[in-house]
Amino acid sequence: MATLATPVLDTPPPPTYGDVTHDIIQTLRPPGKKYFAGMAIVLVGLLFGAISWGYQLRYGLGVTGYQPPIFWGSYITTFVFWVGIAHSGTLISAILLLFRSGWRTSIYRAAEAMTVFAVMTAGLFPVLHLGRAWYAYWVFPYPNFRGLWSNFRSPLVWDVFAISTYLTVSSTFLLMGLIPDVAAVRDRAAGWRKQLYGLVSFGWKGSDREWRHFGKMYLYLAGFATPLVLSVHSVVSWDFAMSIVPGWHATIFAPYFVAGAIYSGCGMVITILVPLRKAFHLERYIEVKHFDSLAKLCLLTAMIVTYAYATEFFMAWYGGNTFERASFYNRAFGQYWWATWIMLSCNAFLPQLLWFRRIRNSLTALFVISIGINIGMWFERFVIIVTGLSHEYEPWQWSYYVPRWPELGILVGSFCWFSMWFLLFIKFFPAVAIAEVKEGLPAPMQAGAHR
Amino acid sequence: MSAPACVVGVFGQLDAAVAALEALKAQGYANYRVYSPAPRPELAEVLARKESPVRLFTLFGALSGTAFGFFYAIATSLDWPLVTGGKPIVSWPPFIVIGFETTILIGALVTVAGMFLLAGLPKLGGALGYDPRFSDDKIGVVALGGPAQLAAAREIFRAAGAEEVRDA
Repeated sequence: MATLATPVLDTPPPPTYGDVTHDIIQTLRPPGKKYFAGMAIVLVGLLFGAISWGYQLRYGLGVTGYQPPIFWGSYITTFVFWVGIAHSGTLISAILLLFRSGWRTSIYRAAEAMTVFAVMTAGLFPVLHLGRAWYAYWVFPYPNFRGLWSNFRSPLVWDVFAISTYLTVSSTFLLMGLIPDVAAVRDRAAGWRKQLYGLVSFGWKGSDREWRHFGKMYLYLAGFATPLVLSVHSVVSWDFAMSIVPGWHATIFAPYFVAGAIYSGCGMVITILVPLRKAFHLERYIEVKHFDSLAKLCLLTAMIVTYAYATEFFMAWYGGNTFERASFYNRAFGQYWWATWIMLSCNAFLPQLLWFRRIRNSLTALFVISIGINIGMWFERFVIIVTGLSHEYEPWQWSYYVPRWPELGILVGSFCWFSMWFLLFIKFFPAVAIAEVKEGLPAPMQAGAHR
Repeated sequence: MSAPACVVGVFGQLDAAVAALEALKAQGYANYRVYSPAPRPELAEVLARKESPVRLFTLFGALSGTAFGFFYAIATSLDWPLVTGGKPIVSWPPFIVIGFETTILIGALVTVAGMFLLAGLPKLGGALGYDPRFSDDKIGVVALGGPAQLAAAREIFRAAGAEEVRDA
């Protein structure tokens, strides 16, 4: 008589509430050698950036590659790059929350932390770009004895308001989302960590009263963050579009920048999540389907960005403006052809691979593509800013700029600054949202039934 | 030994906790609370609490932010009336950006403040009947009342399938 076979499940059973708490809190255990090695590399890079900045402070902005009239170079490029990186975090945490997209749950915490650290990194660059960094406070409107106030008709002042608001609201959103999870960590911690997490959780207990008000607050914060994220990169784009520089003065800039920002941000989320998932063994929570969805978002936004590139070139030709046409010809075939073709290769051609499911489901391929996206989007900002300024109206003004070593040192330092905060974050706070993952699971029911 | 202030039912299953709450309500209890590791619509449904008034804070904050942003831009422009770009001193289109950002900023912060106020946070001491398991995988139903009510609550919790019933 044949023995009865044990039923084989097609998919592993979903984790229980207890599994979720255990698996995610185990990421906060004391770090190992690999973590310290990574942190050491990051700190060396950060030191290199700090030395580069110190050198620039000592000898002035002359140490950069600035050539008249190109006074916006790698610093403004990197500023726009990091602001853009921030955007997908808010997209995943806020916009997808409003759309009730369940797949965001496992990945939004890491993306949200990335947003905050990316804005913190971006915020350094206007200060670095100033040269005389100690006067940075002049950009803020403050009462002063001369009665002078900010010029609210300037897009640069709009930028101060937009970026400050974005940093405040995205940090608030991150901290609020952390409260229930930090309370779960508190209840499993001892000693000074219990005290610390007790403070950060504000004494949260998970009562029905707390959840009722918390849920509404979180929804309204998402409602605020959604138009905010669209406005921030629009305002950044107007730093350029409100001027009359050829290649900048275009109404397409706001949606073009927002799509590019989400594209680059999704790329960075993939770059971060692939090693995070492996290092903390989070395969049960951050699944291949999550990467598949992220890759689809990348593909969608890459198509929008490609359409924007095509529109720009088409309008330069069809619009009949000599200066615009010359600027775009120079962009594609002039002295900055290399930067433009890196941009097009990484942002228009490379993401076409994402049409294939096999590529979208291969984490190695996705990781490589995401690095390409990061490179391509940095070059996009470089192309817009530098080629525009290098080829304005007067031929005698035409110039050529390439970043010098202090600028490259600061660029490397910025990646290390960002990575340092992220590495610290994942060891002090849950990188996956405990309560929201539980919310998405089938509730434990009597007799093993699930609802 | 002083009389217990409440009875705590520790539930491992959601439907058992819901059954306990339904039974409490059927017996006319009004003074109870629930702790859970995640918000569950099943619990919200049986509790049938009033909608959170956080939205009023949101509205007040957002309107205050709008008013502040426009006031700030207009008042400071009038304080130093310098014409730039041939535009009016009070230029509405660029001021919309300032008003928009302050709407979001103050609206968001006041919403958070409202949640803290309404939820009674920060909570410095412990909470009545709270157990650390309620942030892990258990649901806690806490019934308050006089000795007779607490005795009835104990029975309800046991009948509903509580894994543990204790006084606190």
